[in-house]
Amino acid sequence: MILKPRLEDLKIIGFYLGKIILGLAFTMAVPILAGLCFKELNPALDFLISIEISVFLGLLLLKICHTEKDLNWMQGMIVVSLSWIVAMFLGAIPLYLSGHWKTFLDACFDAMSGFATTGLVLVQDLDHMSYTHNLWRHLIMFLGGQGIVVIALSFFVRGFSSGAFKMYVGEARDERILPNVVHTSRFIWLVSFVYLVLGTIALGITGIFNGIKPLNSFFHGVCIFMAAFDTGGFSPQSQSILYYHSLVYEIITVIIMVLGAFNFKLHYHLWMGNRKEIFRNIETSTLFITIIITFSIVAVGLVQMGSYPSAVTLFRKGFYQLISGHTGTGFQTIYPQQFLADWNNLALVGVTLAMALGGAVCSTTGAIKMLRIGVIFKAFKEDLKRIIMPERALVIEKFHHIKEVFLEDKLVRSAFIITLAYIILYGLGALVGMFYGHPFLNALFESTSAAANVGLSCGITNIAMPAALKVTYIIQMWTGRLEFMSVFTILGFLIAALKGK
Amino acid sequence: MKINFKSVLLILLLILAAYPRIHVFCQSLSSSELIGNAKEHDGKPVTFTGEAIGDIMLRGEFAWVNINDGDNALGIWMSAALAKEINFTGSYKTRGDKVEVTGIFHRACSEHGGDLDIHAQSLRKLGDGRIVNQKLNLDKRNLSISLFGALILIWILSLFRHR
Repeated sequence: MILKPRLEDLKIIGFYLGKIILGLAFTMAVPILAGLCFKELNPALDFLISIEISVFLGLLLLKICHTEKDLNWMQGMIVVSLSWIVAMFLGAIPLYLSGHWKTFLDACFDAMSGFATTGLVLVQDLDHMSYTHNLWRHLIMFLGGQGIVVIALSFFVRGFSSGAFKMYVGEARDERILPNVVHTSRFIWLVSFVYLVLGTIALGITGIFNGIKPLNSFFHGVCIFMAAFDTGGFSPQSQSILYYHSLVYEIITVIIMVLGAFNFKLHYHLWMGNRKEIFRNIETSTLFITIIITFSIVAVGLVQMGSYPSAVTLFRKGFYQLISGHTGTGFQTIYPQQFLADWNNLALVGVTLAMALGGAVCSTTGAIKMLRIGVIFKAFKEDLKRIIMPERALVIEKFHHIKEVFLEDKLVRSAFIITLAYIILYGLGALVGMFYGHPFLNALFESTSAAANVGLSCGITNIAMPAALKVTYIIQMWTGRLEFMSVFTILGFLIAALKGK
Repeated sequence: MKINFKSVLLILLLILAAYPRIHVFCQSLSSSELIGNAKEHDGKPVTFTGEAIGDIMLRGEFAWVNINDGDNALGIWMSAALAKEINFTGSYKTRGDKVEVTGIFHRACSEHGGDLDIHAQSLRKLGDGRIVNQKLNLDKRNLSISLFGALILIWILSLFRHR
């Protein structure tokens, strides 16, 4: 028998949701400050309006749903999935007010794309956008990359107890780096801020050497860093990384994208001096192997097509798009239409595969992720050994992920379920794309890009695409970012509300 | 002076024959046309018109200028002397100069790491850019004041409820 949710459940969900909304509202103060510094008053007003609406909603929820109770698993999951939806709507308000988005749905699309660190865009006239709005576009990637709940846990909300871990898990971060989840959240922020400073300096100086004015250069540096480290893929100019026409800029962004694709737990061990971990860890070794395989596919495709005049240019273009896709970033050094005009199907399949695989768990990347791919590969290896070796032989498979881990059936099962869920999600999006007349491979490319939170586009994503396709990609970005569990919980909750007794 | 009819006819024919070439040489193409049919235009002279946006990135005696025609921005590689003719580039506070660039189009430029670009040979300014005056949007100002009022009201009401 399904039990109908009680009023108490709704109150607890509403109360914690209110706290997270307040946390999100405070982050809007950053673009307001930027707006005042850059003397952009109208953009600053857009954020003042948005902050007021957010605080109003957050306070209202806190007052109406006031409770002293802690969250249970179901409530924690629902708070997380609702937080991302609410963040999308609230984050879209200043974007829409800027006038750079044709409809509120388009602004919601870009807000979800930002929070989920995807990078697909429907923005118009980006080259004339204010610093204030541009900063917000990149900041939401930084916030979403760490996790909206992680922000609330780290800075703005006090008083979470065991419910904190439930929300942390619901945000697709099932690994605790430090014993305490709040300390873990703070460590994630520490790592991000240290890299933010270093990355911004590197990009800012490179920009100056490239001929960009110092202020612009450092502004671009901070934006590009946030988009690269959080594997988001937004950029301050409409040409993405092609705007800079710089090999050094490309190399730096590749390094930042790869750092963003690493597990925060791995960062912790590297910081603690355990440098061998990078070579022993199953995720980094799997990432290395999959990059080689997928790049080989891309390279063969590009050679067949004769897309580039030399091996060097082929490597530069092919490898950049591949790393951008594999890490789930979505920066491009080619135009979206060139994927269809200059790249053949084989090369597109290579990038699509890379996008579908993703980076490490507990990183800012989306998609299936390296740990699961590694575990599935190990399970195949174990089964093969069982077939080859004598029946009485004891077959034990282990892998190294921070420590030695025995390959257990429940681990393999969980890896397979999530992998299958992602494949279904990629396929469903492709079906919707095909329904609207796009060829299979193009539809699969764009769908995988949305669901795996990548952001590479072959041109399907544009303001003229049907509203249903925009909504499909929004749902894919949301589901892909949260890795299904909290999304399934909210669906179960809705079913229980309708059919429960 | 005796006019040689055959010579005049020949000159006329030559002009007429050359006209389409001149026309093709100066054919102004959109960014979508250039990107979508890049192979067709690769290595050929094209004319591209749009607004100069972002930064003029000087690289020694040359410069990169990105020009946006409303659909896409294309990278234009030009001499620093040509780039100096551009006074305004588009940003939030400015509208960039509208320029017409004629040069050689590259689908995957071997000189520039495979970038799709145009190596400019000439630049003509079609319109001057300007600084955009930002007036305070009164509707937004009034809305933010009203919302602030509503927030204060909620805060006062919550104080009463507590008492």
